Amino acid sequence: MSAATTSPAATPAAAKTGDPVLEIKNLSVDYGFDDNPTHVLRQASLTLNRGEVLGLAGESGCGKSTLAYGATRLLPPPGLITGGEVIYHDRDGSSTDILKLNDAELRASRWRDMSIVFQGAMNSLNPVYRIGKQISDGILAHSPGMSKAQAMERSAEMLEMVGISADRLRSYPHQLSGGMRQRVMIAMALSLDPQVLIMDEPTTALDVVMQRQIIEQIADLRERLGFSVIFITHDVSLLIEIADRIAIMYAGEIVEKASSQDMYRRPRHPYTDALLHSFPPLRGPRRELGGIPGSPPDLSNLPSGCPFRDRCAFAFDACSSITPELIHPGVGGDAPTRQVACLRHDTKAVVDAGFEPQPLPEQLVLR
Amino acid sequence: MPTPPTATDAASRRAGDPHDTEGDARPVLRAVKMRKHFPVRGFRSDKVVHAVDDVDLELYAGRVVALVGESGSGKSTIARLLAQLMPTTAGQILLDGEDATARGRKSFRRYVKRVQMIFQDPFGSLNPVHTVRYHLTRSIRIHRGNLKGAEMEAALDELLDRVHLTPVDRYVDKYPHELSGGQRQRVAIARALAADPDVLLADEPISMLDVSIRLGILNLLRDLRDRLGIAILYITHDIASARYFADKTLVMYAGRVVESGDSESVTQDPKHPYTQLLIGSAPDPDDMEARARGARGEAPSLVTPPPGCRFNPRCPFATDLCRTELPPLMDVGEGRKAACWGYSDRPDRPELGSVLDAYGERPTVAASAAAHDSEEAAR
Repeated sequence: MSAATTSPAATPAAAKTGDPVLEIKNLSVDYGFDDNPTHVLRQASLTLNRGEVLGLAGESGCGKSTLAYGATRLLPPPGLITGGEVIYHDRDGSSTDILKLNDAELRASRWRDMSIVFQGAMNSLNPVYRIGKQISDGILAHSPGMSKAQAMERSAEMLEMVGISADRLRSYPHQLSGGMRQRVMIAMALSLDPQVLIMDEPTTALDVVMQRQIIEQIADLRERLGFSVIFITHDVSLLIEIADRIAIMYAGEIVEKASSQDMYRRPRHPYTDALLHSFPPLRGPRRELGGIPGSPPDLSNLPSGCPFRDRCAFAFDACSSITPELIHPGVGGDAPTRQVACLRHDTKAVVDAGFEPQPLPEQLVLR
Repeated sequence: MPTPPTATDAASRRAGDPHDTEGDARPVLRAVKMRKHFPVRGFRSDKVVHAVDDVDLELYAGRVVALVGESGSGKSTIARLLAQLMPTTAGQILLDGEDATARGRKSFRRYVKRVQMIFQDPFGSLNPVHTVRYHLTRSIRIHRGNLKGAEMEAALDELLDRVHLTPVDRYVDKYPHELSGGQRQRVAIARALAADPDVLLADEPISMLDVSIRLGILNLLRDLRDRLGIAILYITHDIASARYFADKTLVMYAGRVVESGDSESVTQDPKHPYTQLLIGSAPDPDDMEARARGARGEAPSLVTPPPGCRFNPRCPFATDLCRTELPPLMDVGEGRKAACWGYSDRPDRPELGSVLDAYGERPTVAASAAAHDSEEAAR
């Protein structure tokens, strides 16, 4: 009864790995319906490729969860999507804009195409239902012809896949440990074999040993089932380890995109650099760390220019008047897909606006 | 009216240079064989949760001791016991070498004046309907006497200045919701400092805060340790921050201390298999290979803890000795101790290897099912 022999419900993707599976284009989200809404997400664009783990990192309140919930249309009021497109590419090559689906289509698409593992598994499971019922519930809702017994069988299969024995189907959530509950959530999210799995801080409430077990489990399942993951966390060191690519968010904008090793070894945005130096290292020399001075800006009253400039060690006069856009960093030899939103890299925009361009500081040109 | 004691009085009370610790080795606060068992509810149930068992702990002036462990290992219980927010089941708490068990309101106040606590969640530990001024003046009145007018203002200024909330006027009349998480935690620290304590018990002071401001709070606490010579107990689940901040680290597993020593050697050369597992599990982008892959199992039930070493069900090196007899904390190097039979000189001791190698393979369903069965049997 090894899990490796139980085949997933659908055959692995016919579409090639590396093709985009989810494209988020210029997604904007406001909070508040009145005349003066807060722009919590401004023109965020992201592409998730088939079979990859994309990490989203940033401080709390920077809009990383909003981006994920906006893309799945799970935003509760007063959250309002004000613009953009979320294109989902199915296995057979057809594309749909999630934001244009009607209610019935959306309902059918959810969980089957994209599923979510929420933060804090203890709050996401219903305490009064057995977990078997909760897993099979989703399966039954999407497979009209299926009997309860078949759904339960599939639930058992899913549980075994995440390393929990099938007799736990009759347990209530409180009978499971935190790590097991998180596994149940993952089993539930994978039960319809979705293409995209969004994980919103799935390991924040767990201790490091359990966190490592869950991370390994996800990596293992991804190899076998071939889904793509958007992994949201504030723990950058964890992201560097598991993600293929990382997007760093600050104050509702994506400020840097790069592969995880590039991001770690060669940060290009001052915020990324500061964030990487906010974690005391476990190995290597002990060094004095300062964190990032100040606190994130008030999104309801955001001044023009770069939102990070008040906390930035490299801010100069142009930063208060020009809003930086994502461009290819001004360092030779960087991967063509790298993007950074910082005026130190964007000499052209600085000159066009009539300011004196400033040279790149040493920390941001590492190779 | 009594003259208010100032910080300098307290500093002179704590004798000597704070960093010359082993010389004037007199712990400010000491716990001896501290134990806490919580009764399990239920009809005629005589079961107990063994939350903390036989913990010895010493806090020295001007030194930080970190208590590291996973959730449910009893770290916070120790903080609450040391703050005397609940009584111990057995064992002693000694303040300056004298039994300090508070009996009644007055002796509790006297104790609290010297041993203050900071909680994990500054959103919860400050009252939302009161201003910063109220929180601090209340603490000052309780611990320093009823200051009036200019004296009170001076005390407030000094407190906020000490936690770097300057200019003072900008913060003193704010409500908690008007402050950021880091500022709120600073107010909570200022409130603790109002008592001018000798010991600060910090129960996960940074885990609710944003990553970018965590270091600011840690650096502030370290600054207070150096300037005021306060003894700090720093409770955390993040062993990397313990290495950064603490002089000494104790690692807890299932209610017992399994390893102790100075932070640098505990993190760089862990002795106990659990500590090795803990450090091998922490993400480290510099060294992707040195990972404890395929570790399995969970912390044991504390109602019926496993006999012998509490880590034995998960330990790859466990032998019959580990399953029957409880290992004491043994010396394993200069100032270091580990509770593992592998470091004893018993003939039947287990052979220790590297945890990273021992957990080489990924967990299989069969193995986790077996682990699950044994867990079930333990219940």
